[in-house]
Amino acid sequence: MSGKIVLHYFNGRGRMEPVRWLLGAAGVEFEEVFLTTRAQYEKMLEAGDLMFKQVPLVEIDGMKLVQTKAILNYIAGKYNLLGKDLKERAMIDMYSEGLRDVMDMITALPFLPPEKKAAQLKSLEDSATGRYLPIYEKALTGSQFLVGDKLSCADVHLMEASLMLEENLCTILSSFPNVKAFQGRMKNVPTIKKFLQPGSKRKPPPDDVYVKTVMTVLRPQL
Amino acid sequence: MSGKVVLHYFDGRGKMESIRWLLAAAGVEFDEVLLTKREQYEKMLKDGDLVFQQVPLVEIDGMKLVQTKAILNYIAGKYNLYGKDVSERAMIDVYSEGLRDLMEMMMILPFTPPEKKEAQLKTIQDRATGRYLPAYEKALAGSQFLVGGKMSCADVHLIEATLMLQEKFPAIISSFPNVKAFQGRMKAVPAISKFLQPGSKRKPQPDDVYVKTVMSVLNMQLPVQ
Repeated sequence: MSGKIVLHYFNGRGRMEPVRWLLGAAGVEFEEVFLTTRAQYEKMLEAGDLMFKQVPLVEIDGMKLVQTKAILNYIAGKYNLLGKDLKERAMIDMYSEGLRDVMDMITALPFLPPEKKAAQLKSLEDSATGRYLPIYEKALTGSQFLVGDKLSCADVHLMEASLMLEENLCTILSSFPNVKAFQGRMKNVPTIKKFLQPGSKRKPPPDDVYVKTVMTVLRPQL
Repeated sequence: MSGKVVLHYFDGRGKMESIRWLLAAAGVEFDEVLLTKREQYEKMLKDGDLVFQQVPLVEIDGMKLVQTKAILNYIAGKYNLYGKDVSERAMIDVYSEGLRDLMEMMMILPFTPPEKKEAQLKTIQDRATGRYLPAYEKALAGSQFLVGGKMSCADVHLIEATLMLQEKFPAIISSFPNVKAFQGRMKAVPAISKFLQPGSKRKPQPDDVYVKTVMSVLNMQLPVQ
C-alpha cells in the first residue's frame, strides 16, 4: 500500500521547500495538503500524526515522517541521491548541512520585525559570501557536481539555495563563476527544468499572507 | 591510513558531546585536541581545515569532517548504529532530530543573557514534558530500544538528552516510566557504563570558563542567535 506521497504544510516554502525540490529533481510526483487554519492543525495534533507537534509531515511508503532532515534523508536514499558509499555520503551531508544553515537564515527573514530584517540580510550576505559560497565555488572547480560525478541531494540543495540567495541579494553570485555555471547546468536537467516552470509544485517567495497563516496556525509555538 | 579518530573542539560539551557519546557507545577510542586560544582557531582557518570556519571537526578515516550531523551519520553508519534498512533509518532520523532540537535548546543556555535564562529554562521544560518526552515514552512502550529491537544512535542521543534534562530538572522523567526504565537499561550497557564513569571523555556541564573560552576563541558577542 505504498501509493502516493503526500506533503502536509503551509502553502509556501518554509521548511518543506527543500523536500519539494528533492522530489522534483528525482522526478517523483506528489500531492499536497495545505494547512490554512488553526483547527486543521489541532485536528492533526489530536489524530496523533505529528510526533513532535510540528510540520513538515510527509506520508511516504506507509510512514508518516516528520523532521525535515529525516524526510530528506529518506527521499535521497530512496532515489539514489546520497552518493555511492559512506564516505561520499559524509561529504554530501557536510555540504547539505552548510546549505541548510544558509537556508534557515533565509527562511527566518519574513518572520523578523522590520527593524531586524536589515541586520539579518547583512548577516546573510556576509555569511554567504565569506563562509559558504567560497566552499561551493571551490568544490565545483573542475567538477560538474559537488560529490562524486553524479547528482546528489547536495547539488539540489545548492541549486535551491543559490536561487533563493539571488532573490534576496541579486548580484551575489557575480564573484562565484563556478556556482553560476553550475546553476546553468542544473537548469538544463530535465526534471529540474520542469520544476522551474510555472505550474510546478515550486512555491513563490513568502509574502504577508504566508506569514500571517503560519502565525495564526501555530500561534504560541512561534 | 585510517588510524585514530581525533576530535577538535573546546574543552566542554557543546555540539561535540553527542559525538563523544556515540563514539563511546560504539566502543571507539578517540583523541582530542582542545581549542583554548584564538590563535589556534586562526591557524586552523588558515590551514583550510574548517570547511565552514566552524568546529566541531573530526578526523576519521582519512577525512576531516565538519558539520555535526554529517559526523554523527558517518559514525552511526560505520559502527552499525543506523538500523538495518532505509525505513529503520528514517525512524532513527526522526527520533534523533527531535532530540537534537531539544539538546540545542540546552546548548545555548550558558550563552543566554541572565535576564532571559529563566524564560529559556521554562521553555525547555515545557517542550520536554509537553512535546518530546511523551513521544519517546510512547516509542518505548513494550520496546527495549527506540527502533528495531536493537541499539541505534537514537538510543544514545536519548540517554544523553535525558541525563542533560535531569541536570536542570531533577524530577523531569518521573512521570515517564518507560523513559526512566530505558535510562536504567542503557546505563548498564558496558560501553555506556564506562563512559559514565569519572576519567572518561565525557565532559562536565558548561561553566563560566567554558563560555569565556568559546566567546574569546570565536570572537563572539552576546546575544547569540
